Amino acid sequence: MFQQKMIHSLFLINCSGDIFLEKHWKSVVSQSVCDYFFEAQEKAVDVENVPPVISTPHHYLISIYRDKIFFVSVIQTEVPPLFVIEFLHRVADTFQDYFGECSETAIKDNVVIVYELLEEMLDNGFPLATESNILKELIKPPTILRSVVNSITGSSNVGDTLPTGQLSNIPWRRAGVKYTNNEAYFDVIEEIDAIIDKSGSTVFAEIQGVIDSCIKLSGMPDLSLSFMNPRLLDDVSFHPCIRFKRWESERVLSFIPPDGNFRLISYRVSSQNLVAIPVYVKHLISFKENSSSGRFDVTIGPKQNMGKTVEGVVMTVHMPKAVLNMNLTATQGSYTFDPVTKVLTWDVGKITPQKLPNLKGIVNLQSGAPKPEENPSLNIQFKIQQLAISGLKVNRLDMYGEKYKPFKGVKYITKAGKFQVRT
Amino acid sequence: MAASPAYGEEKGGSSSLGEPEYGHDPASGGIFASDYKRHDDLKEMLDSNKDSLKLEAMKRIVAMIARGKNASDLFPAVVKNVACKNIEVKKLVYVYLVRYAEEQQDLALLSISTFQRGLKDPNQLIRASALRVLSSIRVPIIVPIMMLAIKEAASDMSPYVRKTAAHAIPKLYSLDSDQKDQLIEVIEKLLADKTTLVAGSVVMAFEEVCPERIDLIHKNYRKLCNLLIDVEEWGQVVIINMLTRYARTQFLSPNQNESLLEESAEKAFYGSEEEDTKDAKAEAASLAKRKPYVMDPDHRLLLRNTKPLLQSRNAAVVMAVAQLYFHLAPKAEVGVIAKALVRLLRSHSEVQYVVLQNVATMSIKRRGMFEPYLKSFYIRSTDPTQIKILKLEVLTNLANETNISTILREFQTYIRSMDKDFVAATIQAIGRCATNIGKVRDTCLNGLVQLLSNRDELVVAESVVVIKKLLQMQPAQHSEIIKHMAKLTDNIQVPMARASILWLIGEYCEHVPKIAPDVLRKMAKSFTNEEDIVKLQVINLAAKLYLTNSKQSKLLTQYVLNLAKYDQNYDIRDRARFIRQLIVPTEKSGALNKYAKKLFLAQKPAPILESSFKDRDHFQLGSLSHLLNAKAVGYQELPDWPDEAPDPSVRNVEVPEWTKCTSREKRKEKVEKPFYSDSEGESGPTESADSEPESDSEESGSSSSSGTSSSSSEEEEEEEEEEEEEGSGEQSEDKEGEEEEEKRKKRKEKGGLRKVSPRSMGSEEEEEAEGKKVKKAAGPQGKKGHAETSSEEASASESSSSGSDSGTEAPTVVEAKRRKTIPSSKAGPKEISLLDLDDFTPPLPQPVPSSNIISTSLVTDLEGLTLTDTSLAPALLSPAFGAVRTYELLHRMAGEGLSVEYCFSRRPFPGDPHMVAVQIQISNNTDAEVKSLRVSEPKLLAGMRIQEFPEIESLAPGDTASVVMGIDFCDSTQAANFQLCTHTRHFYVSIQPPVGELMAPVFMSENEFRKEQEHLAQQGKGKLTGMSEITEKLTLPEKCRSDHAIVQQVTSAANVGRVPCGADNEYRFAAKTVTSGSLVLITLEWREGAAAQLTVNSEKMVIGTMLVKDIIQALAQ
Repeated sequence: MFQQKMIHSLFLINCSGDIFLEKHWKSVVSQSVCDYFFEAQEKAVDVENVPPVISTPHHYLISIYRDKIFFVSVIQTEVPPLFVIEFLHRVADTFQDYFGECSETAIKDNVVIVYELLEEMLDNGFPLATESNILKELIKPPTILRSVVNSITGSSNVGDTLPTGQLSNIPWRRAGVKYTNNEAYFDVIEEIDAIIDKSGSTVFAEIQGVIDSCIKLSGMPDLSLSFMNPRLLDDVSFHPCIRFKRWESERVLSFIPPDGNFRLISYRVSSQNLVAIPVYVKHLISFKENSSSGRFDVTIGPKQNMGKTVEGVVMTVHMPKAVLNMNLTATQGSYTFDPVTKVLTWDVGKITPQKLPNLKGIVNLQSGAPKPEENPSLNIQFKIQQLAISGLKVNRLDMYGEKYKPFKGVKYITKAGKFQVRT
Repeated sequence: MAASPAYGEEKGGSSSLGEPEYGHDPASGGIFASDYKRHDDLKEMLDSNKDSLKLEAMKRIVAMIARGKNASDLFPAVVKNVACKNIEVKKLVYVYLVRYAEEQQDLALLSISTFQRGLKDPNQLIRASALRVLSSIRVPIIVPIMMLAIKEAASDMSPYVRKTAAHAIPKLYSLDSDQKDQLIEVIEKLLADKTTLVAGSVVMAFEEVCPERIDLIHKNYRKLCNLLIDVEEWGQVVIINMLTRYARTQFLSPNQNESLLEESAEKAFYGSEEEDTKDAKAEAASLAKRKPYVMDPDHRLLLRNTKPLLQSRNAAVVMAVAQLYFHLAPKAEVGVIAKALVRLLRSHSEVQYVVLQNVATMSIKRRGMFEPYLKSFYIRSTDPTQIKILKLEVLTNLANETNISTILREFQTYIRSMDKDFVAATIQAIGRCATNIGKVRDTCLNGLVQLLSNRDELVVAESVVVIKKLLQMQPAQHSEIIKHMAKLTDNIQVPMARASILWLIGEYCEHVPKIAPDVLRKMAKSFTNEEDIVKLQVINLAAKLYLTNSKQSKLLTQYVLNLAKYDQNYDIRDRARFIRQLIVPTEKSGALNKYAKKLFLAQKPAPILESSFKDRDHFQLGSLSHLLNAKAVGYQELPDWPDEAPDPSVRNVEVPEWTKCTSREKRKEKVEKPFYSDSEGESGPTESADSEPESDSEESGSSSSSGTSSSSSEEEEEEEEEEEEEGSGEQSEDKEGEEEEEKRKKRKEKGGLRKVSPRSMGSEEEEEAEGKKVKKAAGPQGKKGHAETSSEEASASESSSSGSDSGTEAPTVVEAKRRKTIPSSKAGPKEISLLDLDDFTPPLPQPVPSSNIISTSLVTDLEGLTLTDTSLAPALLSPAFGAVRTYELLHRMAGEGLSVEYCFSRRPFPGDPHMVAVQIQISNNTDAEVKSLRVSEPKLLAGMRIQEFPEIESLAPGDTASVVMGIDFCDSTQAANFQLCTHTRHFYVSIQPPVGELMAPVFMSENEFRKEQEHLAQQGKGKLTGMSEITEKLTLPEKCRSDHAIVQQVTSAANVGRVPCGADNEYRFAAKTVTSGSLVLITLEWREGAAAQLTVNSEKMVIGTMLVKDIIQALAQ
């Protein structure tokens, strides 16, 4: 037979195993192909352990799991798996962008738009238009007002005029953008990924940063964003709008931005000495031999006080299976323990150095069960406003090509990424 | 349609009321889709003449399709609306058609005429969409129509339509594979397309229809490489994968020498047969030495142009580049991909999963590459199990003597995890570390033994299995462990573990003579309750004991064998029978009995614990096949490197036959918008290759113009474009046969100019007319223009003359080769020489300047590209200057939005050979048009001269223009000051040349070089010693110790040509100063280690001194 490349069909499946949407770009593939997926899902126990690539006698299934939905694509021949995975995530991102959430309800409510989007995003199984700016020109996103108007006038979300986006020489920006208030905002968001070992020393730490932009500027602005200390950035990945050569030669981000929200760059600062860990955790978790109880005592404190408050602190712990219940008292915030999933969540809030938050108490174990030999790791989340922990600073933003004076703003925020304390 | 009268009535009644009734619930259509009454409603709505009703109906129908409900019975009602004026309705009808046309072929044909009309629409989007739908309805009967439509669309003026045509090719192919040959023609045509928009799609079509026709790529290879960065993400992936395959068939392995060294080094690491391998390799190495490896410049081009894409936000692109580097790059360069791959580990878990699989494979072959990122593979308790296991795999692969202690400490943590599958995998990983790294074998073993007392049975079982494998490597020392394990038989229930223990005891029963019979006794007792694999091992143990210690175990053995004889499982019954015959001597038992001991107690080879990812790299990395470790349908094998590189000249672009785009009508279509920064693709090697044959013809035009002018005059009509191109560029053309470069530069300059000036159709004509005028004025130049474009008869004369024309400057070696090739290929001679030159001088950041042919098709394409629409902003992605060092002439702040950069293009200035060509790029960042840009009031030192660039009439906002001006610096580095004027402003600017730019390369042979050097030295003696020779010692930094790096640094510092040299560690370069033509000879002698000596011979002392300084600085960087 002849070859049928790339993505053949897409099925959206919810957690209870209902196929609630299907789209075929070539001839129709029966839903029964999903049985192989369900089989694998059953075997995997946990949703995140469903293998992303499944081989069946006639097809290959490549799937992603996003927001409680499985996006299962059907492939017939060799294709780079990442190509499909990346595309499926782009589809999910687009739904998110259009409907504010990528949920089963949102998709069902907007099934026509979803269908139109899928039609535009893929042609014969090969990606066609995946840039949000172009898609939005082809298919208008729903708004509450518009859906009211539409129900009265009977018009729909398909753009009335023919789009020009595909034909612009800047594929990511639509032409003829107009705003009364011209604004450009940049959020420098840094996440600290770290593994702290039992003794409190850092096993691994790095900073993962992104600059998310919200740019609402009229016309064709040409921006250049420079940093005080661009050499900090270890490894950078760019939005396609960025001129790579300028970065290479001058370390300046020069670009004509897409309209609206987008991720300008992602970067990594991996030199460990540079990564300051803003909190420390003192912990004592022990299970007594031949007894059905254990002790739990955790204190969180700020480590490097850069004059900023550590806030939004939340600790989650997956307790061992043998734990039945926990009797704890928190000096600050509130805690919950789910006896089914064995997850302990402690919502601490802000840390004030004067009075360190502490969570202490008794762990009840299943009687007769052997003592758990492992201690759970503590996953910590926190936020520090107005600080980029790496020290990255935006120097200036210049705009060329347009006359007006835009309103500019930069916000810094540091968060915990995958921040784990082993105990 | 039995119901039709009924609903006809209904219709009369409902059409007025219908609207609010139908309009209220769009989602309900999907929910009640099975209700056929509703379908009647839908039909009715579709038949109404209100667009809102139709739309509502279509929405419900689409909702039904989305749910997987059958809506095929609505086909007749829907298909009627295909011509609906409402674009929204139309779109949904298209969706429906594409879904059901295959099932309702006859009815689908009704819609075809609508699409055929659409194909002729003046709006490119409508043409594209018509083609898209037409090609998506899988009805075999329309194959001829589709074929026609695709062919037409492939030469559409809109790149968007051409892209759609490329998309349609695989669709048609899957419908009717008999069309293959015709489709290949279309693909070939589209491959030649210069727009980034088309590139990705056509390569995708190529991959699907004719991936075996690698020959189609040759001519487009360089263009694809150069366009790559501006292609959209998905197209990049496809192109990179295809180019990987291409490169594997066309270039030599960059690791052919290293791989030998590497292998022997690895062997040495594990001891043993180091010596003999060395001998074998020595021979191979000497073979290799005879023919030193020089990377094909095209190979280098691919590597260089894909590297920036490692910074793409798209994981698929990063992976594609990573696999390209892994499969194609020299070993030393593969490392760059590690960082990017590690970055992907922060992405979605599915991405992580795929990336880790690939990293696992790579880390076996190239362990060093990921070692710096060891910690990025540390495992978090929150990772999904499948990710944990993959990370573990990578960690294990990365383990070596130096980092093993860190890794083992990490493993220690993992063993206590709650995730038991993961713990089991960790134990196996420890086992693998122990086998690979002898140093830690005991530590690991002890650790594992400790795990035997773990409370979790799975952990213990896994440990037993791994320990068994480890012990097999050195059993003698470990009787304690075996004893310990024997005790475990009381507790462990996992069959595999029990079986392993029994096997161990049986195998080493002589080490534990007391315990073994006791274990057998216990096992005999529980025999009937054991699992099959355990039973088999019990029999095995019994047999071995019988052979070694028959006194104690004879009865037990017989008991076990009797039990086994009546087992339910026939394997066990068979085994029992077989073993009895073998070990128990009876009169019947044959000769085998004598060998029973040998059979059972033979030394067994230790199992090799190796990664399941070993040798997976025979699949192309990043592919589905690699991930599944099985060949997927349609997988294209990654070919092995060829032993001999195929002829590299196939990639040179020759003058195509003058067939396309000749008519006026077609030319009009060329008025198209440039896409992205297409034109930039033309700078760089593609163009240099492209442009070569033209200069040939140009030369021939001057040498044998009488012959060619006659033929060309006939074709004058058609070639207006080219003439125009020629004419206006050539106003100041010099009389003598210029070097090829000039032409090419002019073309480029021209292209830049064109792009800048926004033009409508009208102004195009105007310009054409203008071009003609100039041409007439230029006279002989006009003839050259003809010669270039005229057909093959002319090119025959070209080739013969070109050889002699350019021969004088070329190195003799090349010259000889060129002569040889002349008779064989018409278009070939120059191209071959180009490549040869490249072999001598490794690729410069900017392509080698010795070329300047633009194929006629390129000319027309440029034409099309450069006639810009006013509304469009400039091509922005990458400056056209490529990797050449650019300097700022006017900052855009200082220039009030006008920014000007310049670089030394290193091509002879066409107007005057004594001038240095300065390429100037002017970008208008203001929002107003800048008019009459020109140079005025040069303030120059005595003797210096400036040839200004022609005035730029206007530069639209956001546009960029590139022009060339010539400056005679009088062989000094004094700055040339002048004013840059616009219609409103004057800016004072100055250009100061680095000394290296004041010269032009000279090609000479080794002997000539030596002669000249001696000559200069004598001259020096005649006057004052040392006057013409400057020698300096220097230390080469680490990264500058390869031939390639040295040559590159020197040639980037100065515009010099490399001179072949017999000695290994000597590099020679020669150049002539532009103004006075004095020779500058550079010799770099590389002594052991980092020491080197640089000698510059030149009459011009100042230049020599400065040059020495500059080169040393460049080398030190």
